[in-house]
Amino acid sequence: MVMEIVDILEKILILAGMVTLGFAIGMLFNGIARKVSARIQNRVGPPVYQGFIDVFKLFGKKTNISHGWIFDLAALFSVSGIALAFLFLPVAGYSMLSTDGDLFLILYLLAIPALGFALGAGASGNPNAAVGVMRALMSMLAYELPLVMVMVAMMVYYNTTSLANIVAAQANMQWAFFIPIFFIGALVADMALQGMLMEKPFDIPIAPHEIATGPMVEFGGKHLGALMLYKMMGTVVETTLFVDLFLGGGVVLSVAQYGWLAYLVNFAVWFVLILIVFLIAVMIDNVLPRFRIEQALKFYWKYDALIAIFILIWIFAGVKI
Amino acid sequence: MKHEEWKKISRIMSKRSLWMVHFCTGCGAMEMPPVMTSRYDMERFGIFAMATPRQADVFLVTGYLAVKTLKRVVQVYEQMRDPKYVIGFGSCTINGGMYWDSYNTIKDLSKYIPVDVYIAGCMPRPEAIIDSFLKLMDMIDKGEAIGWQKYRKYYDQYKRNQKMAFEYRLDEVKPIKEDDKNES
Repeated sequence: MVMEIVDILEKILILAGMVTLGFAIGMLFNGIARKVSARIQNRVGPPVYQGFIDVFKLFGKKTNISHGWIFDLAALFSVSGIALAFLFLPVAGYSMLSTDGDLFLILYLLAIPALGFALGAGASGNPNAAVGVMRALMSMLAYELPLVMVMVAMMVYYNTTSLANIVAAQANMQWAFFIPIFFIGALVADMALQGMLMEKPFDIPIAPHEIATGPMVEFGGKHLGALMLYKMMGTVVETTLFVDLFLGGGVVLSVAQYGWLAYLVNFAVWFVLILIVFLIAVMIDNVLPRFRIEQALKFYWKYDALIAIFILIWIFAGVKI
Repeated sequence: MKHEEWKKISRIMSKRSLWMVHFCTGCGAMEMPPVMTSRYDMERFGIFAMATPRQADVFLVTGYLAVKTLKRVVQVYEQMRDPKYVIGFGSCTINGGMYWDSYNTIKDLSKYIPVDVYIAGCMPRPEAIIDSFLKLMDMIDKGEAIGWQKYRKYYDQYKRNQKMAFEYRLDEVKPIKEDDKNES
């Protein structure tokens, strides 16, 4: 009985640690992205820990104007939803809550925080927020089609819907990225990732110069702090999903063979990989202007989805022959 | 004691992360692009231009204010979350500048909303703007930037002055009478 309680407590501690790590990496990534953008634009830029300062400042604001209880809960909804998605993902080959890391479940979990975001924006009653939410849902519809098709192709190829099994199949550097057909798939998914991360040219929902940061227009103080945490954690979750699918999830040493050293090395490799994936997105963000919503829809459904369909047909044919 | 330490930390945080909403009246807005972009890069101090007053900490009033514009300025100021700071930009916000005898332009911004830092000059150079931000950071660190508390304390006087201005009775606007004690 005592052992069970100790076990549960240990598990809760590990979960809390992982969520804290995810938030910390997200805040660090925010600072890194701003620093890299600044260097690209020949500026000095803020310090890399600027993300931490911003979030702590927002949580230290004295007044917090609320627009009803949905508005209050929506920010919490977003943060907890994204934390849950992070715990269901295999991070460096290690899944916290589920040993399977089912891909369909993760896709649903990724939709929860976005819906929370939309609820809060709707409760604020600002017309800019309504436009922003409409655009966010439209771009979600646009980028999820090619992404899901590439995912289905991978499920068929590896004959599993479990992300953990896909990661395990890519052990010993047998990355899906090195298989020619999935190299193209990775490019398709990377474009979808650009939309998921809301970086240019797909930062249509936020668009500070057009619709005043869209859904976030009425958020300030602690509410905005929670939303920033959601967005920062979102970058970690989405890049981790990409790394899990195509880059072997950062697993280089097997845990059974090397013990705790394997965890250390795997987490370091995972961190470097998600940083590289994120920096590619930031660099694309810095050189491209913004699409209009119908241009984004056209791009995803006309080019990205077409290539994804080609990959899907290729994989199905390959399985049958 | 613990509370004091917490206050100190929160001051350091809010000093290094000033999000700004710049209200582009008058010609002062012209000096902002060089301050924001590569030449005088203000993001290195953590200052960042935000899109809406709800998200901002610093309110930059750039230039002269007609009575009509003042209404919008008061609205924007009241939408901001505490703690909030105001920077009056150029001589127009100090004494009216070249609009000193205009019938529909307010002369002294600090009679309508509390101003923490003024920048003199017509126009102030980008160096002066960055200097004012550094001054504001210094004041926040020492706990002297308490304009937002003054606005709550002397709300009746500020509201009276705003009302007089909105009715174009500019000669009836009085300076704000302050008590001796102002605590942060």
